[in-house]
Amino acid sequence: MPVLLATDLLVWLLAAAVAGFAWYSSRRPHLALPWARVFRSRAAVASSVFLAVFIALGLLDSLHYRPQLPARDPAAAPAYAVEVRSLLDVLLTPLRTKLEKTYSAPLATRLYQKEQVELPGGKTVREFPRLAHGGAHLKEESHWGRDVALRLLAGLALAIALWSLAVLAARRTLVRRWPQVPWGAAAAALGALLALAGPAALLAAGYHVFGTDRVGSDVLYQALKSIRTSLVIGTLTTLVLLPAGIAAGISAGYFKGWVDDFIQYLYTTLNSIPGVLLIAASVLMVQVYVDTHPGLFPTAAQRADFRLLSLCVILGALGWTGLARLLRGETLKLSELEYIQAAHAFGVSHARILGRHILPNVAHIVIISLVLDFSGLVLAEAVLSYVGVGVDPSTTSFGTMINAARMEMAREPMVWWSLAAAFCFMFALVLAANLFADAVRDGFDPRVRV
Amino acid sequence: MTAYIIRRTLYAIPILIGINLITFALFFLVNTPDDMARMQLGVKRVTPEAIEKWKAERGYDKPLLWNGAAPGAHKATDTIFFEKSVTLFALEFGRAEDNRDIGNEIRTRMWPSLALAIPVFLVGLAVNITFALGMAFFRATYLDFWGVILCVAMMSISSLFYIIGGQYLISKLWHLVPISGYEGGPDAVKFLVLPVLVGVIGGIGSGSRWYRTLFLEEMGRDYVRTARAKGLAESTVMFRHVLKNALIPILTGVVVVIPLLFMGSLIAESFFGIPGLGSYTIDAIQAQDFAVVRSMVFIGSVLYILGLLLTDISYTFVDPRVRLN
Repeated sequence: MPVLLATDLLVWLLAAAVAGFAWYSSRRPHLALPWARVFRSRAAVASSVFLAVFIALGLLDSLHYRPQLPARDPAAAPAYAVEVRSLLDVLLTPLRTKLEKTYSAPLATRLYQKEQVELPGGKTVREFPRLAHGGAHLKEESHWGRDVALRLLAGLALAIALWSLAVLAARRTLVRRWPQVPWGAAAAALGALLALAGPAALLAAGYHVFGTDRVGSDVLYQALKSIRTSLVIGTLTTLVLLPAGIAAGISAGYFKGWVDDFIQYLYTTLNSIPGVLLIAASVLMVQVYVDTHPGLFPTAAQRADFRLLSLCVILGALGWTGLARLLRGETLKLSELEYIQAAHAFGVSHARILGRHILPNVAHIVIISLVLDFSGLVLAEAVLSYVGVGVDPSTTSFGTMINAARMEMAREPMVWWSLAAAFCFMFALVLAANLFADAVRDGFDPRVRV
Repeated sequence: MTAYIIRRTLYAIPILIGINLITFALFFLVNTPDDMARMQLGVKRVTPEAIEKWKAERGYDKPLLWNGAAPGAHKATDTIFFEKSVTLFALEFGRAEDNRDIGNEIRTRMWPSLALAIPVFLVGLAVNITFALGMAFFRATYLDFWGVILCVAMMSISSLFYIIGGQYLISKLWHLVPISGYEGGPDAVKFLVLPVLVGVIGGIGSGSRWYRTLFLEEMGRDYVRTARAKGLAESTVMFRHVLKNALIPILTGVVVVIPLLFMGSLIAESFFGIPGLGSYTIDAIQAQDFAVVRSMVFIGSVLYILGLLLTDISYTFVDPRVRLN
């Protein structure tokens, strides 16, 4: 039975909107030009390869359903499990279902903790027991090194094969269509990505690449699931931020007078309240609401999803001030220009001037600030989850992963793999977003072009 | 000048009132005292009597905005709004859940916060300006290119990892300083070295990249070209002309955060176990102690407004044209 979580719906709507916008602007040269400039930058092309993979994973993770339970009575209406799964979960079924007892190090064959193990003779010893899944296919543990090396090599070979196929396919299609794009950078990024993913995939079939966490679930799986949370927070927030910021910013700059005073007052006031505290207060309110209205949320997934969505709404409701200030300044400048005055003289209505003359001319600011905001929001999620006002503890996110791993810092030997996994994935995501944002800024900002 | 400052100060009053109303709305209207009581007492198995008792102990049993039953002027003053929100203006914060005086707590916890925040601020500023100046000096070379890349990479790392990495390397691996904790007096230094270091390093990425663009902007100006045309050495141009002029936007830009240094750092303080205002706030959020969170929201806003005021004043020192408006 398909389940449509609120964030899923919005994510797909947003994806459709972005696709529609891309299609629309590709047919209009003046809109396509800045994007062409963006994709002439090598950093932008390379980072968009990584971003595309992250987005694909996030979208796959946004198609949810409730699996059907095996029916006892064929005549009865089909029953569905309470647990909500996504398409990504199905693809990662081996990772999701291979549970260990507790921590185990990356690629380990034995558990992190000693346990009482019964020997065939009836005696018991305390030792590190073999893992239920990690390296379970090895007949002899001494084959471990050979097996891992083989898998690494096979993974690399697979990566090279896939890469060559992709490059060949791209030569015939993409490169011919857009010859000015630096495809070498894309090929290099794809190569790096495949060289990591290929061996990881083959190793993951037999081991836990990033180890397992406290309850024994695979850390790589958690990291892959966290991508969606990050993307949702980084993008859905803009759905709230965008209308509020645009409406407030351009009306303050255009109407001036008391409207301007009021909007300036509003954003100064909102800005002066310490952000984390305001977010904390709002999130506590949401939590109270959820606790007092249990009937609205039939499943735990829906509850967690509501919290994720409300976090986006809260971040957006507090985050529009920056965009509004930028747009106000630009609109103030624009509204003094001759063509706006000419429009006034012709008797064009305010709404039409705002929509047709002002908005298209501040659109570059909107796009730049949206792209620049994304990485900040992804980083903010981790901090907020650490403070305890981020996503629901049951939602997998980089913040909850770091938070859980932090508790084990003091252990000897240290449990470092959850942190390492969260670090690698977050760093890749945020770095790609930052590099892409820089290229977008350079491509769109008219001041940079000198 | 004085008139300008007075006018600016008066602007702050409606903003403060607005903040007070927003916090009141968030803490008492959206989330009623009953909800707070239920949350504090535990959602399950809570009796109406227990809620009433909890509210009466904290003075939350009064009407929110208007007390019709009270005589005369008490109609407006004998309410939650007056007692809990308006009194914030007089810096009366009331008591926390553990029955300690919040004002007192703030006065003692302010010092560890400042002991951490001021060095981070000053050292960070010096380091960022140095790096930015270096990148601007070697602009359009490989040094500059890789410097910017390094900055972007450093910006892409969550502040949590800087703290965790610093604690692991310096305290756990090399045993140079204690991993966390705090002591008053001169012993504080050994507890503060690591947090300050981590704070400075964590800020290098965004800080020096931002200052680099400011330097580059300044270097494109006519007076710089004139200075070069006079035949001045590049280092003289950089240090005597560009640095001085670029310091203006840098310093007026950072003035706004100076008052906020009192608030301390939420994350660093709680990781390093420094008993400052930041860790106080985090503990309050996690214990859902609304009185403390409310007080900290108010103090933070007042300090921010103070920062805006200082920024305006610093502009008048730097740019005499502002005074005329």
